[in-house]
Amino acid sequence: MRTIRIGAGQGFYGDTLLPAIETAERGGIQYLCFDSLAELTLAILQKDRQKDSTRGYAADISQTMRKLLPYVKEKGVKLLTNAGGMNPIGAGQEVIRIARELGLEGLKVAIVTGDDVLDQLDRWRRQGIPLTHQEDGRSFELVSDKILFANAYLGSEPIVTALRQEADVVITGRTTDSALFLAPLIYEFNWRPDDWDRLGQGILMGHLMECSGQASGGNFSGDWASIEDMDRIGFPIAEMREDGEFVLTKTEGTGGLVSVDTVKEQLLYEIHDPSAYLTPDVVLDLQQVNLTNIGSNRVLLKGARGTKRPDDLKVVMGYADGWLGQAICGYSWPDALAKAQAADRIIRRQIERIGLQAAKVQTDYLGYNSLHGPLATEPAQELNEVYLRLAVRTDSKEEAAKLGRLFPPLMLNGPPSMGGFLGLMKPRELLGMWSCLVPREVIESNVKVTVSEVRL
Amino acid sequence: MTKVRLRNLVQARSGDKGNTVNIAIFAPNKQLYDTLLLEVTPQRVKEHFSGLVKGEVIRYTLPNLYAMNFVCKDALSGGGSATMRLDNLGKCFASNLLRMEVEIDDSVDLPKS
Repeated sequence: MRTIRIGAGQGFYGDTLLPAIETAERGGIQYLCFDSLAELTLAILQKDRQKDSTRGYAADISQTMRKLLPYVKEKGVKLLTNAGGMNPIGAGQEVIRIARELGLEGLKVAIVTGDDVLDQLDRWRRQGIPLTHQEDGRSFELVSDKILFANAYLGSEPIVTALRQEADVVITGRTTDSALFLAPLIYEFNWRPDDWDRLGQGILMGHLMECSGQASGGNFSGDWASIEDMDRIGFPIAEMREDGEFVLTKTEGTGGLVSVDTVKEQLLYEIHDPSAYLTPDVVLDLQQVNLTNIGSNRVLLKGARGTKRPDDLKVVMGYADGWLGQAICGYSWPDALAKAQAADRIIRRQIERIGLQAAKVQTDYLGYNSLHGPLATEPAQELNEVYLRLAVRTDSKEEAAKLGRLFPPLMLNGPPSMGGFLGLMKPRELLGMWSCLVPREVIESNVKVTVSEVRL
Repeated sequence: MTKVRLRNLVQARSGDKGNTVNIAIFAPNKQLYDTLLLEVTPQRVKEHFSGLVKGEVIRYTLPNLYAMNFVCKDALSGGGSATMRLDNLGKCFASNLLRMEVEIDDSVDLPKS
């Protein structure tokens, strides 16, 4: 039975590039798929685009393509990425520029657009599409005048279209992460659009691959200390058979671990109902999934089921949600925690005295409770050092900036032995996320695939 | 009966989606999984996360993998880009759940010490 080998190139904007290079070099793959967009990433890219309209794509695409385009020519590896982010056209131009520099005449670069739906929102509302918040049912009216960006999660169809037009590189904006990995399978194996079980297996594969090293030993909660060579972790490679069964593995000689234990943790990552994981391509049912270790760093996966794809697509929007001001300073032993707590009381009183308008003030003690909050247990022994972090949420940047200025005087006028002052941190704009469902047809009618050939 | 922390019994990973966090835990065998089904209930998880999870906690089970998936709503104080929390992506919720103590019958074999 025919098998396609697909590599995971990246799990987020800023991920390490070395595993992708190793996979392209020695992984025997035909496709390398890069998931550059975490939920938060569009917010970051939106800010970039606001500052400069030519930006707004994941900027590391330049380095990625410079290193990996040569493998497109040498080994016929196709590169699929959603690094286009808020600006797939800009990303495409950058990739073509690099391809020219590298002398890759004839390379075909496809760009998928249509996920950016910001300018459609008003029309949709007039048409009676409610845009109600998917998680908590809030009315869109609450945020309608504060929306900064809006993107639909597209499925694999436009990527398949691009591959059918012989694209070597496909650049999309907000595509479902797993769709990047499913598209080559539909293209190669001609899977029918209603072959739900195979599509389910394909999405399962994509889901396991999309977070790069998280399926090959990264972020492993089991015996994490025994995972070897994390400094050169190999990203997962899927060997997908035409019938949908696949083996998850990684490049020979790399670090990390692909085992039932490392893979199963990723299986439910960011999944809600395991019997109905909604994607634009298929609704995935994981209840009968079966994982078997079949060799060193080889796990066989079968048993995913699929049911008919949903009629709606998910749209995620970002809206301006105030400002975060924060400051951090450290206190040393003895009485490190008590000193930090005293400093917290001082700053909180001063916040009131200067009339800093904060909707919320939050205190964390780094080294004690900053990650587990109220669940952290009191240290059994005196801490050698502890950092006080204070954060305020305000309506304006100026208001948020006032917090940092309260901190330097603490050094001379507060509890003793303060060091590690990180006080004057720049305020950061907070972005609320608004996700909702929109009928598929109204989005898909605007999706476009453009393929350009590189000329020198 | 012995009191054991989940830390010594299960694997766990958590992730975010908007203001919702999911925490999956995986038991090493059926016997322990069956015990944990009775112990790690959505009510207990909700209680465990008092002060962090404001919304409802739903539990999905996957007997095939000895897995449970807890979906915790209104858990990230607004979600990744809106929250003031340092664990803004909910990656530490799994380790946080591992603090929970459960009662295990003495007849059940414990995997890790």
